[in-house]
Amino acid sequence: MTQPEAETLIDAMAVFLALPLAADWRPGVVVHLMAAQRIAGPLLALDLGDHAQPAPVYTP
Amino acid sequence: MTSALQIAMAVRRGTTTAVAETEDALARIAALNPALNAFTAVAAERALRQAAAVDARADKGPLAGVPFAVKNLFDVAGLPTRAGSKINRDLPPATRDATLITRLEAAGAVLVGTLNMGEYAYDFTGENAHDGPSRNPHDPGRMTGGSSGGCGAATVGMVPLSLGSDTNGSIRVPASLCGLFGLKPTYGRLTRAGTFPFVASLDHLGPFARHAGDLALAYDAMTGPDAGDAALADRPAPPVLPDLARGIAGLRVARAGGYFAAMQSLEATAALDLVAGALGAASVVIDGVTEARAAAYLITMAEGAALHLDRLRHRGADFDPEVRDRLIAGAMIPGAWVARAQACRRVFRDRMLAAFADCDVIVAPATPCTAPLLGQKVLDLDGQSLPLRPNLGLFTQPISFVGLPVVAVPVWLPGAALPIGVQVIAAPWREDLAMRVAHHLETTGLCEARPA
Repeated sequence: MTQPEAETLIDAMAVFLALPLAADWRPGVVVHLMAAQRIAGPLLALDLGDHAQPAPVYTP
Repeated sequence: MTSALQIAMAVRRGTTTAVAETEDALARIAALNPALNAFTAVAAERALRQAAAVDARADKGPLAGVPFAVKNLFDVAGLPTRAGSKINRDLPPATRDATLITRLEAAGAVLVGTLNMGEYAYDFTGENAHDGPSRNPHDPGRMTGGSSGGCGAATVGMVPLSLGSDTNGSIRVPASLCGLFGLKPTYGRLTRAGTFPFVASLDHLGPFARHAGDLALAYDAMTGPDAGDAALADRPAPPVLPDLARGIAGLRVARAGGYFAAMQSLEATAALDLVAGALGAASVVIDGVTEARAAAYLITMAEGAALHLDRLRHRGADFDPEVRDRLIAGAMIPGAWVARAQACRRVFRDRMLAAFADCDVIVAPATPCTAPLLGQKVLDLDGQSLPLRPNLGLFTQPISFVGLPVVAVPVWLPGAALPIGVQVIAAPWREDLAMRVAHHLETTGLCEARPA
């Protein structure tokens, strides 16, 4: 994701989330969203198969 | 300053009183806090009242007269639970204390105040846009680490015991940078009732102290069932203190390699060399740590954003900008990534359990470096310039992700001006083993919390 793509995404998501976003907040959000995508890379590439259960267990 | 164990013993013997110990702690806070900015509220009147009540008791308790302080995300009756934020100061005052405060005071301890922290605990630096940074007692121009920064600043020389929280490293990072012993118990071991949350899937509470024995003393007083925390495990918690001095004979210790052998300063490596060498540790490589850390990172972003979404909508300008922008980004990451991160958690847990089939304790770095300068934004490691704020937790985040119990132990390298910590990690529910190793390292002189 390029920086302009991240900016486009952020503006659209801010509308989707009804989250007012001041102009001077955008650069910081861009940095963190791009960092998240970079960090997520190895996790998204990991072969977890179809049967790995999510960790949280609801106990009624 | 004496240890919590020594204070409690002296109060029980009558050679000092809880009131005298409390007055001493309040005097130390008055003298040291202006330069270190550890406390955000000092509860002198309440503390002296509690101390007098302890002195009047026939059974004074295992923590008789021990002054302690708590990160300001713990509820304290009469104070708004600010959790490092400006926004929460508008909340009504808490009507009762957090359960762990109640348990320590029932054991004779005396709460003296609340401590500075990174906003909403989303922090590894100890800096705070509203209250100013907590400052490292060993060099006030440097960070304490966070988010339990006030715990680090206060426990070196003001109080013998404090309570903090640790979602991704917020006890172990300041313990490392301030040279303290810090315990992050197993996820689900200590009740979180009456504290302001951050990431319910990953939040832990635990103590800081200058001695491993003081951690054990406090831990034993805080375990037990509580309907107020849905994640609290329904299992017995045997006391740790009685067997603390059993030593390490028969324990198999491993040194974390792979991920944990890269991205660190010479000091971090040297501290681990020292501890691993003393424990006769053989190297063990655990796979999947990068992915585990990524998963913890994403769960934190998403759950943190979910918790604060309404505040971001209506009070965005009142957040610390460093925290706000990260939380907003967290609201925008795909749900599928977060579900995958939770599945990875179980897979990595199984890997760690497999590693513990061949060893009892694993040692690993606590932080990649000693305390950075206040205001520092970049961390240079292995020829890379990384953003400092998230990467101080590089080595703590994968461990808390799967909820393992850890004691951070303080190391002073020969001639060093600053301490650095090592993580002593055990299998789930084996706080006793990590604590025994920490106590052994302290009694053999390898690890110590030095005065400033």
